Amino acid sequence: MPTDPDGPPRSAGKLALTITINGEVRHLSVAPTTVLLDLLREHLGLTGTKKGCDHGQCGACTVLIDGRRVNSCLVLAVMKDGAEVTTIEGLATNGRLHPMQQAFVEHDAFQCGYCTPGQICSAVGLLGEGRARTPDEIRELMSGNICRCGAYVNIVAAIEQVMGAEDSRSAAA
Amino acid sequence: MPSAEHHIGAPRSRIDGPAKVTGAARYAAEHTAPDLAYGIVVSGAIARGRIRSVYAAAALAVPGVIQVFTHENRRRTAWLDYSYKDDVAPPGAPFRPLYDAEIHYSGQPVALVVAEDYETAAYAASLLAIDYEVAEHETDLEAQRAYAYVPSKKRSGIPPPPSPRGDAEKAFGEAPLHVEGDYSHAIEHHNPMEPHASTVIWEGDGKLTVHDKIQGSQNSQRYITSVFGLKADDVRVMNAYVGGAFGSGLRPHYQLFLAVMAALELERSIKVVLTRDQMFTFSYRPHTLQTVRLAADRSGALRSIRHDAVAGTSRYEDYQENVVNWSGMMYHCDNVALTYTLAQIDTATPADMRAPGATTGVFALEIAMDELAERAAMDPIALRLRNYSDEDENQGKAYTSKELRECYRVGAERIGWSRRSSVPRSTREGRELVGFGMATGCWEAYLQKTAARATLTPDGKLEVATASSDIGTGTYTILAQIGADGFGLDLADVSVRIADSTLPTAPVQGGSWTAASSGSAVQAACQAVRETLLGHARGLHRSPLANAGIEQVEFRDGRITFASDPARFVTFADAMRAGGVDKVEAEATAAPSVVTALRYVSYTHAAVFAEVRVDEELGIVRAVRIVSAVAAGRILNPKTARSQILGGGVMGLGMALHEETMMDHNLGRFMNHNLGEYHVPANADVHDIDVVFVEEHDDKVSPIGVKGLGEIGIVGTAAAIANAVYNATGKRIRDLPITLDKLL
Repeated sequence: MPTDPDGPPRSAGKLALTITINGEVRHLSVAPTTVLLDLLREHLGLTGTKKGCDHGQCGACTVLIDGRRVNSCLVLAVMKDGAEVTTIEGLATNGRLHPMQQAFVEHDAFQCGYCTPGQICSAVGLLGEGRARTPDEIRELMSGNICRCGAYVNIVAAIEQVMGAEDSRSAAA
Repeated sequence: MPSAEHHIGAPRSRIDGPAKVTGAARYAAEHTAPDLAYGIVVSGAIARGRIRSVYAAAALAVPGVIQVFTHENRRRTAWLDYSYKDDVAPPGAPFRPLYDAEIHYSGQPVALVVAEDYETAAYAASLLAIDYEVAEHETDLEAQRAYAYVPSKKRSGIPPPPSPRGDAEKAFGEAPLHVEGDYSHAIEHHNPMEPHASTVIWEGDGKLTVHDKIQGSQNSQRYITSVFGLKADDVRVMNAYVGGAFGSGLRPHYQLFLAVMAALELERSIKVVLTRDQMFTFSYRPHTLQTVRLAADRSGALRSIRHDAVAGTSRYEDYQENVVNWSGMMYHCDNVALTYTLAQIDTATPADMRAPGATTGVFALEIAMDELAERAAMDPIALRLRNYSDEDENQGKAYTSKELRECYRVGAERIGWSRRSSVPRSTREGRELVGFGMATGCWEAYLQKTAARATLTPDGKLEVATASSDIGTGTYTILAQIGADGFGLDLADVSVRIADSTLPTAPVQGGSWTAASSGSAVQAACQAVRETLLGHARGLHRSPLANAGIEQVEFRDGRITFASDPARFVTFADAMRAGGVDKVEAEATAAPSVVTALRYVSYTHAAVFAEVRVDEELGIVRAVRIVSAVAAGRILNPKTARSQILGGGVMGLGMALHEETMMDHNLGRFMNHNLGEYHVPANADVHDIDVVFVEEHDDKVSPIGVKGLGEIGIVGTAAAIANAVYNATGKRIRDLPITLDKLL
C-alpha cells in the first residue's frame, strides 16, 4: 500500500485493511503499528473493549476473532486482514441481550464493569470451545480474565447458567 | 406512614447493568471531542535527585507531535501547598507534577508528550532523553524504622492511638499466658482494572468539562480550580463510570493535573491515560511493621494488649491510618498500650486501600488471638467470646448495634467449624493438609454530610440527584430503590443522576459511607417532596385528603391515598395542578447526629472463616471455602451487597496469599509493576465464598439504618486464611503474603 501523499505526515506508511467488525465490513487504512485494541477504541470509537494492561495479562481487551477469544492488545490490526471480529457491542441482537450478557446482569457477575466486556467475550468464546464442563474447568479456563472487584463466584455462576441452558437445548434437539 | 417497601431489601439487579454488559458505559478515557489530542506521560527513571536536562528535540520532530511539557515550560500554577490539598490529602506538601527539577520518587512524571494521535504520542514519548543528577535514596522501611516519629499533624478523620490505660507492661509480666510476634504485609497496589485516566474537553472561553477517574467528582473539581486558579463555574467534572478504584481514586492524581494543564495551554481537548506500570507510581497500601503482645489469664481473659506499628510514608506527606486502635477497642482488656509511628521512604505517598488501617492492624491482632487461643487451649471462637465487649473500650461508648455473636455462630455453622481439629497438621486428604481458621472483622460505620435532590413530575417520574459516585458499589441501584419506594414507583420510573460535580454536594466515595449518607439524603429529599405534594393535595378544592397528615397517607400507583380508606386519594398530577406547579422538587442534607455521637459509636462487624488445603510437597495453598458472616445493619440490596462482600473477600485472599509489590532497594523502584508479576487473585484462585448477613436493626447509625459494606469484607479475611494455614500445616506465618516458599 503506497503512502497517501496528501494525508497528514503521521499517516505515512499506512496499510489497507479489510476487516469485518460486528458484522459490518470495514475498509480501513491503518498504520502497521496500530494494535487491534487501539483501532477499536481510538479509531473506531468502539470503547466497549477495554484496555487494562496492554500486555495480555488481564483479559479486559478480549474480543472474538473468527469465533475464538483473543487478547486484542496483543494483535496488530494489519495482521487480521479479512478477519471477522466480534466485540461486546456486537453480541446483543436487535436490542436483545446475548444470553451471556443477561446472565451476567442476573448474577451480578461484575461490580465496576470494566473487565466485564472481556469476561463476557471470553465466556462466549469458552462456550464455543466446548472444553469446560465443571465449575473448576470454568475457573481454570476463565483465569485469563482478571476481575479486581472479585466477582468470580458470580461469573462462574453466570457461565454455568448459560452452559446449562445450551446443554438442555442440544439435548432437546 | 411510609409506603410499603417494595424495592428496598430486595435483590434487584443493577440498573446500570445493561450499560456495563453491552459496552455502552463510558469510562474516563472513553469520551471524545473534535480534535482530541493524546497525552502520554513520561515517568522518571531514578528514585531521588534532579533532572539536569531534558532532550525533547527528537520527540518534537516527530510529525504529529504538538508539544512536550516539562518543568521547564509548564504553565504557572498555584504557589501555596494549601492550594494543592485535595479533600482527603494527609498533612504535608502535596506532590506537584512538573513543578521543578526535583525527583522525589521513582516513576514520578517528568514530562507529558502531546500528539495528534495515540500511537504518535506513545512513540514520541519513547524518544525523550533525560539526564539526571542522582542522589542517595532509601526505600527500605526496615532501614528507616530507627527514624520513626509520631506525626506532628494528625490526618483529619484518623484518630491517633488512645492514651494507654492500666499498665500493659506490668500486667503482661504478671499474666500466665503470653503471645508476642512481629507481623508485616507487603506493599500492595490497588490495581483497579481501569487505569487512571482523564479526558479534558475544551469547551472554549477557558471552560472545561472533565471526565476523571476519581471517587468524587467535586474533589477533582475543587483541586483543578484551586491549582489552576479557575472559576468554579468554568470547571465541571464527571465520573459516570469508574472502573474500580478501592481508594486509588480518592485523591486527584497527576494525570488529571497534566491533562488540564495541557488543555489550558493548547486550548484544545486532550486525553491522558496511564499505563499499567504507571499505576504503580502513586497510591499504595503502605508496608507496615507491627508487634503485637497479648497476655491472658488461664481462663483466656485478656490481661494485657500491646500493639505497635511503624508505617511507611513518603518524604513529603504524613499519610496516616488507624492501624492499632482496633486492638484497644475490639476486646475487653484493662491494660492496653498502643503506638503508631511513621517512617519516611523515597516513594510516592501511600493511600487508602480498601479498609485502610483495619486491614493492616486487625490482621496482626487476629493472628495473635489465634496464637493465644492455642496457648490457652481454647477454641478460637470461645476465646473471642470470653473477651467480647459491648462497648468501644477505647472511648467507653456503647455500640449503636453489634450482632457479632450471631456472626460467630452463623459463620461457624456454615463453615462446619466442628470439623476443625484443634491439633495443627492433623487433618489431611490425599496429598493436601486441611485446615480451618477464623478471625473477627471490624470497620467503622460512617455517616458523612451529603446533600441530595429529588424531583417528581406529574407523569409519576422521579429524578434523584447527588454528586456521589458509583465505583462499582451499586450506588445507582440503591438510590433508585430508595427513590422508588418513596413514591411507590417501578425502578424504571426513577432516574438517578450522580457522578457530576454540578449536583448537590457529596463527599468522595470512600470509607463505606456512601449508601448510608447519600441514601439517607435521597430519602430525606423524597420525604420533603412527599410533604410538599401532600400540602398541594390538601389544598385541592374539597380535597379527599383535606385533613390527612403525612403519617396517614401512602404514595403509590401515582396517587396519594388515605391509608385506612383507599377510596380517598388524590393523584400526583392533580396535587401538582392544585398547587399550580409542574413538578415538586426538594433538596435535603443528611449529616451525623452530634447527640448520638456523644454516647455511641457505630461499627460494622464480621466473622470470617476459611478452609484451606495445602499441598504438603509444593506448599501451594488453596482457600477452598470462605464464609463471611456480616452484621451491617440494614441491607438495601442483598444482591449488590453480597457482591461487595465477595469482592472484599477476594481482595483479602489476595492479601493473604498473592499480593506483594516488590521493591528493588538498589534502584528504589518497584520491580513487578504489571499484572503478570503482581498477582491479583484470578478465577482459579477463588473457590467457594459464602456470604451471610445476620439480622441487625440499628436506628441510630444513619437515618436509613445502613452501615455500609465496601470495606468489611476484607477485614479479617487475611487473618482467617493465615490461621487456617497454621491449622493445616503447623506453620505460623506472620508475614504476608503466604507464598509457598514460606511453607516449605
